[in-house]
Amino acid sequence: MNQKAILYLALLAFGIAVPFMFPAYKLQISIMWILVVLSLTWDVQGGQMGYNTFGNIMFFGLGMYICSSFQIGIFFPLAEWTASGGEKTFIHTPTQFFQGFFIGIIFAGIIPALVAAIIGYGILGLRGHYFAICTLGLAIAAGELAGGIELVGAGQGMTSPPWPKNIGDTELRSEFFYYICFVLMISTFLFLRWAYTTRFGLVLNAIRDNEDKAEAMGINTMRYKISGWVVSAFFVGIAGGLMGNMIGYIEPVETAFAGRTFGVFMVVMAILGGKGTLWGPVIGAIAFHIFKEGFWTFFLGWQYVALGALIVIVVIFFPEGIMGWLREKYPDRFGEVIDEEDRKAQVELK
Amino acid sequence: MGAILQVDQVYKYFGGVKANENISMTVTQGSIAGLIGPNGSGKTTLFNSIVGTHPIDKGSIKFEDKEVSALPVPAVAKLGLLRTFQQTRIYGKLNCIDNMRISAKPSRDNLFSVFSTIPNELNDKAEHLLSFVGLYQKRKLRAGDLSFGQQKLLELAMALMNEPKMLLLDEPTAGINPTLINGIINRLIKVNEEFGITLLVIEHNMRVIMSLAQHIFCLAHGQLIANGKPEQIKKDQRVIDAYLGVQ
Amino acid sequence: MDFLIFQIPILMVQASIDGILLGILFALIAYGMALQWGVMNIINIAQGELVILGGYIAYFMYVIGIHPAFGIIVSPIIMYFVGWSLYKLVINRVVDRDLFISILATFGISILTQQLMNFAFGSDVVIAQSNFGTTMLFNYMVTIPNSKLFAAVVSIIFAILLVLYMRRSKLGRAIRATAQNPRAAKILGVDTEKVYAATFGINAALCGVAGSLIAITFTLHPYVGLPYTVRSFMIVIIAGLGNLPGVALSGMGLGVFEEFSDYIFGTEFRIAAVFLLLVFILVYRRFKLSRKREYLK
Repeated sequence: MNQKAILYLALLAFGIAVPFMFPAYKLQISIMWILVVLSLTWDVQGGQMGYNTFGNIMFFGLGMYICSSFQIGIFFPLAEWTASGGEKTFIHTPTQFFQGFFIGIIFAGIIPALVAAIIGYGILGLRGHYFAICTLGLAIAAGELAGGIELVGAGQGMTSPPWPKNIGDTELRSEFFYYICFVLMISTFLFLRWAYTTRFGLVLNAIRDNEDKAEAMGINTMRYKISGWVVSAFFVGIAGGLMGNMIGYIEPVETAFAGRTFGVFMVVMAILGGKGTLWGPVIGAIAFHIFKEGFWTFFLGWQYVALGALIVIVVIFFPEGIMGWLREKYPDRFGEVIDEEDRKAQVELK
Repeated sequence: MGAILQVDQVYKYFGGVKANENISMTVTQGSIAGLIGPNGSGKTTLFNSIVGTHPIDKGSIKFEDKEVSALPVPAVAKLGLLRTFQQTRIYGKLNCIDNMRISAKPSRDNLFSVFSTIPNELNDKAEHLLSFVGLYQKRKLRAGDLSFGQQKLLELAMALMNEPKMLLLDEPTAGINPTLINGIINRLIKVNEEFGITLLVIEHNMRVIMSLAQHIFCLAHGQLIANGKPEQIKKDQRVIDAYLGVQ
Repeated sequence: MDFLIFQIPILMVQASIDGILLGILFALIAYGMALQWGVMNIINIAQGELVILGGYIAYFMYVIGIHPAFGIIVSPIIMYFVGWSLYKLVINRVVDRDLFISILATFGISILTQQLMNFAFGSDVVIAQSNFGTTMLFNYMVTIPNSKLFAAVVSIIFAILLVLYMRRSKLGRAIRATAQNPRAAKILGVDTEKVYAATFGINAALCGVAGSLIAITFTLHPYVGLPYTVRSFMIVIIAGLGNLPGVALSGMGLGVFEEFSDYIFGTEFRIAAVFLLLVFILVYRRFKLSRKREYLK
């Protein structure tokens, strides 16, 4: 157990120190923490519960739009902001910016969570590939619909509120967002770590292993399915809100409801790291981030070809992921050693 | 002792196939009843109808005088009516202890208990029941790694963990090492006498059912062709004909 | 939302005819989707990309001076080999496994192919001109590009040819046997490897035909594949596997729905309407089935 505590502290220290050790990579690592959040929350459905979803990105986009809409809309008329060039007419004072930001972030979590709670009953009643493709349809429809809403800029999208001019420079801005992303990542991780020790964790696993059996044993599976989705939606929504602020510009299909990028990433990251484990999605996100930066640097123009190939390879040849592979190789490190005597023992009933 | 399960003129069709036709039976509380019949006679279908896996086309099913034929599966289970499956169903990737822990009835079952911790006392109960079915030594193994027969025992233990009032057992000794069958019979009798659980058992093994059941129902071609005490059923010509002389 | 269309009957006629012609094309793609789903138990997310790729073959012919209508011969031949190769490289490792693995793997293939096509053919929206002219009906009120009529007729011909092939030929019967019971087929001497490769190849060929027709009647773009995948998936869900008339009808129904949506919701929401229809159908089915205490398998 001491080993674990040291590991946690080391990572915590690393995370806190990044802006000082690697100042040039602040934004990149902020995004990496976002990826970890996306991966961890996908795993709640995909890994722990066995419900592969392509739709969690919907909450990401929702959170992004909601956050900025509140940030702007509390102080200025949103419609005028999103009209072209409108954002230059309205300037947030520092107080306004931060007030708006924190209110926006809260709603970026709450509203997607509410949406998940409402549509969950219908959508989570679907199983297997029907669930997967239905959520894919939802995510894409959301992006297309957002592209038609004038209030938030329609196809052109909208800018999120820029950092107030007299509060430090871009460095401070990056640091601010870096720490918020880091805190989000830690909160998500700690919450899920706790949640998996409760009934919630076991019921999700039971649903994954045999949903019919769980129902036959009297478990109200829908309640747990929805709870899981609400949790994921909450954290993904906040992640979206943060991302929107960091990038500065929200475009419906490419940035917000980014099915082709983040939507796919979250699935691949969790599988790459090891579905259904706590650390798997974390490791997968970090490994994937490294791959991605590599692809986008060295294979620019071919990066999606490389990404597509990676998905095919991981899914076909490496479906157990890094954690799965580690567990097979070093079972003792994970407390997985099974006494051979136990395995071979015959059952006796006297 | 009243009737705990009342099946009244139940019909179930699958397309043109009459899987259950005009089945009426009553199971007395606290008893062990047997359900026999050749393959394809509709026994498992009847189980499915009773616990809600599929709706029935006609008739009524009452558990403790409550109509359950329209209830969804979790609701029926919560009333205390559980079933085990012919092709065992367990949670393959979890170990036996976790399979047991998640099978216990939660003390409170509402929105707020979703994130409640599972009490540690359940671990003791789980180990006790696992050892009751002879699986104590295998408690840390993944359920999916157990043999078919061992999974059957686990399934029984999981059902007991849930403290049901009545248990529908679908071929509890099929696939079990013959040397263990006596032990199973004893345990089922114990479950019935000491825990007070009513049992309705589908069985193909005549020796088992004759020594277990106090009352036996025989199905053939979807219909109930005979019911009575084991000695009567053994001699019933219709039953013998249904099985074509095969014991 | 604009309900003008319901007030002008001739617009409804136009939309219905457009929809039916379009739907026949969708049905062809759906047939291929159903084929691989039924025989190999895979869902091919890259179906749309195969269609677009097939279309680009016809477009390429157009660019080098050959009339793109000949694409309906050339494209399926080339696409058959593309499909066959894809099977040997990737799909064969996915066939015996979970359906979701096939979804993910073909998803990977789809984004890979999208960028390859972008690289090869550029990201402009293109069309292969067929110069087939236009048919006017009802006093010039309803216009139908003859390319659309051509597309519908060709689709129907290919569908019939395929049905005949599946019924009469040795390979066709082997495919149908494998679809019903792969293990039994294997024991009886059917080379399931060959059957699977051929099935995937045939599917790709069908997509090739559909793609060439789309190239001359609509537009091509590297990233418009996914809607075709979703449409064919929807049609298969509604019609069920092995229900060819159902596929045709559902295809046409979907086509008409899309054309009407165009008028009512606007072209920019057309794709959203398709995806929302998918969601609606699945959720509606889920509630209907749950009344019978079942769920979609």
